[in-house]
Amino acid sequence: MFLGRVIGKIWATRKDVSLKGFRLLVVEPIDHDHKKAGDAFVAVDVVNASDGETIYWVGSREAPNALPDKYGPVDAAVVGIVDRVDA
Amino acid sequence: MFLARVLGSVTSTIKHSDYNSAKLMVVQPITPDGKDDGASALAVDATGVGRGEIVLVIRQGVAAGLVLNVELPAVRSVIVGVVDDIDIKR
Amino acid sequence: MTLGKVVGTVVATQKDSGLAGFKLQIVQTLDLPAFELRESFLVAVDAVGAGDGEVVLCCSGSSARMTSVTEDRPVDAVIVAIIDTAEIEGEAVYQK
Repeated sequence: MFLGRVIGKIWATRKDVSLKGFRLLVVEPIDHDHKKAGDAFVAVDVVNASDGETIYWVGSREAPNALPDKYGPVDAAVVGIVDRVDA
Repeated sequence: MFLARVLGSVTSTIKHSDYNSAKLMVVQPITPDGKDDGASALAVDATGVGRGEIVLVIRQGVAAGLVLNVELPAVRSVIVGVVDDIDIKR
Repeated sequence: MTLGKVVGTVVATQKDSGLAGFKLQIVQTLDLPAFELRESFLVAVDAVGAGDGEVVLCCSGSSARMTSVTEDRPVDAVIVAIIDTAEIEGEAVYQK
């Protein structure tokens, strides 16, 4: 898992059924100092994060595990909203 | 598994339920000589580690699930040990 | 997941039987947040019926097999959505 910042949103009407009902966010990965730590990407949102919020996300095979049936074509998922980083 | 130094923790109220039972730590991956190796990352803590400690982190969901007792968790990185000593012969 | 633009298709007669019936799209990836095309391409199975020039969302890795179309097929990249609108830092950067 890594920290990230929500920088945008995308909308898609035509999509795989397992993505129905989920928001798609544009996330920029950051480190604990809020410095950019890689290229931005799209992630499925399961915690209702808003624009500008610091979040954490999980990638790879564990990303679809964030969906209710743990199944879907998802390789990145926002799984938490950060209140505070103490580092 | 990789080595990392614990930098601190993350507080989060709104999160996926797989993160309810364990603390979320900020870890800095390091080389065996203690140098920073890439950007900081997050890992769930199952051992009760503190800031500054060198830890062993796994980055694989099935293994994370064994530690957290959750099948198919939305968690990939888990701290599984505190490193006492690193012995490099080279 | 990666955003990209469909720029072509791949035709392959001789292929693994698990790929039979799939449309293989060439997707040129978009750099975010700039929303500009970069010199990086991927070949993805089309699970939603995307057309040439459309901006699409691709999923890579083992999760690419988690659509009803690609389940248990030898696939590591799949088009899972056709993008209607994109917004970065509150500004619309794309509208279909």
